[in-house]
Amino acid sequence: MMTKSKTRKIRWSFIIFFIPVALWLLLLIVLPHIELLRISLTSTSTDGFTLDNYKAFFLEPIYWLTFVRTAVYSIIVTAIVLVISMPVAFYITKISKIKTQGLLMILILVPFWVSEMIRVYGWMILLRESGVINSIMLKLGIFNQPIEMLYNDITMIMGLVYTSMLFMIVPIIGVLGSLDDSLIEAAHDLGAKKLAIWKEIIIPYCMPGIMSGSIIVFMLVLGSYLTPKLMGGKNALWFTEQIYNQIIVYFNWEQGSAFGFLLLILSSMIIWVALKLTKQSFSEVVR
Amino acid sequence: MIRTLPNSKAYLTGYKLFIIIFFVFLFSPLIVTMILAFNDSMFPSLPWKGFTLDWFFGKGPEKIGLFHDSINLRGIATSFKTAITVSLLSTIVGTMAAFLFEQEDFKFKGALYFLMIAPLVIPGVILGISILLFTNTISIFIEDTFGIYVKALSPSFWLVVMGQFSFITTIVTMIISARLRKFDRTLEEAAFNLGASKLEVIWLITLKYLRPSIIGGAAIAFLMSFENFNTTLFLIGADSTLPINLYQQVRDGSTPVINAISFILIVTVSTFAVVNLYTGKKEEE
Repeated sequence: MMTKSKTRKIRWSFIIFFIPVALWLLLLIVLPHIELLRISLTSTSTDGFTLDNYKAFFLEPIYWLTFVRTAVYSIIVTAIVLVISMPVAFYITKISKIKTQGLLMILILVPFWVSEMIRVYGWMILLRESGVINSIMLKLGIFNQPIEMLYNDITMIMGLVYTSMLFMIVPIIGVLGSLDDSLIEAAHDLGAKKLAIWKEIIIPYCMPGIMSGSIIVFMLVLGSYLTPKLMGGKNALWFTEQIYNQIIVYFNWEQGSAFGFLLLILSSMIIWVALKLTKQSFSEVVR
Repeated sequence: MIRTLPNSKAYLTGYKLFIIIFFVFLFSPLIVTMILAFNDSMFPSLPWKGFTLDWFFGKGPEKIGLFHDSINLRGIATSFKTAITVSLLSTIVGTMAAFLFEQEDFKFKGALYFLMIAPLVIPGVILGISILLFTNTISIFIEDTFGIYVKALSPSFWLVVMGQFSFITTIVTMIISARLRKFDRTLEEAAFNLGASKLEVIWLITLKYLRPSIIGGAAIAFLMSFENFNTTLFLIGADSTLPINLYQQVRDGSTPVINAISFILIVTVSTFAVVNLYTGKKEEE
């Protein structure tokens, strides 16, 4: 009697929790993506399903070149972010004075809690032809004439690194914090060189943090729109701009959906390969 | 190597230099933006023409400050409205999801969990367009069958809320789950044995325990919603949120009003961060 009524109550709680979650995932995640796939397989000119939109992607070099460029640049940015973030995270967790750790963490967090738009705007004010750096350089006599530092690929990469860095630093700090100092001390006492300690202890230990950081950074960069649009070259598009143009500017939802779906496949595939290479599972990495 | 080991001076100095350069890189765009909010010039650039508060309080006709700039004020209001709605909804559903995944057992739990974390790796742009397409199809279907036009299903405030909610809830769920996982379930059993119902246990014990993470999750949700650009871009109706508004102004040439807005946001966020750290520390003690 007792147990029966208890299980019934627990089922009730299950239903209360399950319904909103199921509705959220079904209505806002699953069905919209099925719809994205369905529309990408249709065309205004023919009835029924067609692969025309995907064909257009492969036949038109500007489309797939943008796609490849976006993928390659996203990988490059992720690598640069990793190279900068490792030493910064290491400094904060293992070298800085314990008292200053909290302050350093805040200092790192603040810029990223400010909207991406404002961060990009800050760089535009600094770098553009009439920008702050140019005025200072002209005044100091280092430049003879203003140089346009915006609107090229290097600036864009720097901007992307800047806007996504935090999402690498925080997960790495998370794992480094639990790395026992005595492991490094022991290795040091046994005569290990710095490089060996990094290679044998620190990096393998940080791998979960590195992986989750890399996945988040890669996703953010691949899907970013503002930074490439406002800082990148005028004649080289980012793939998200391509999608935006199809959907909003040309109102070609079918083509835009196909692009969107390709971007989704690309991102899932790269993440899958990265997880396979490092032998980690997705659910573990995002924890 | 680390602080407990003897380090050469060159190593420490070199490392410190790297960190200083890193922080200069991190802060120079923000600081320059903030300073130029007070420059008495029509453009957000040097030379310095003297200190002014006109970009905050100016009544025009030459300089219209932020507090008299109806477009930007409306953008800020819309962003606030959106962020409050999204953080409220995603905190409620996120808490439920945390309970569902941490405390209930059911068939296909693994698959549902996978779906729940999927929004983390779906680019925001794609979430935006797929929700746009889906709601459009639904709206056409409803109009064709029932002859009713549902305004909430065309790009508008509620569509933006749905788009942001779809991925922010995942993040809230993960924040709350992390704390719920550490919850000592013998406390619940004790309450059951003393005759409490499941609802009473959740309300009086588990939710009390979860409170810091619920507040934290709501705050993160607010922030993420307030500054979201990629998903919002596709779902926006007539009322732009602040980031979209700023983007349009920056694209078409900007005045230092944007610096004034940035100044306020940066100061607010910094205060928020300091308070957060302070209260977080207190809790640990």
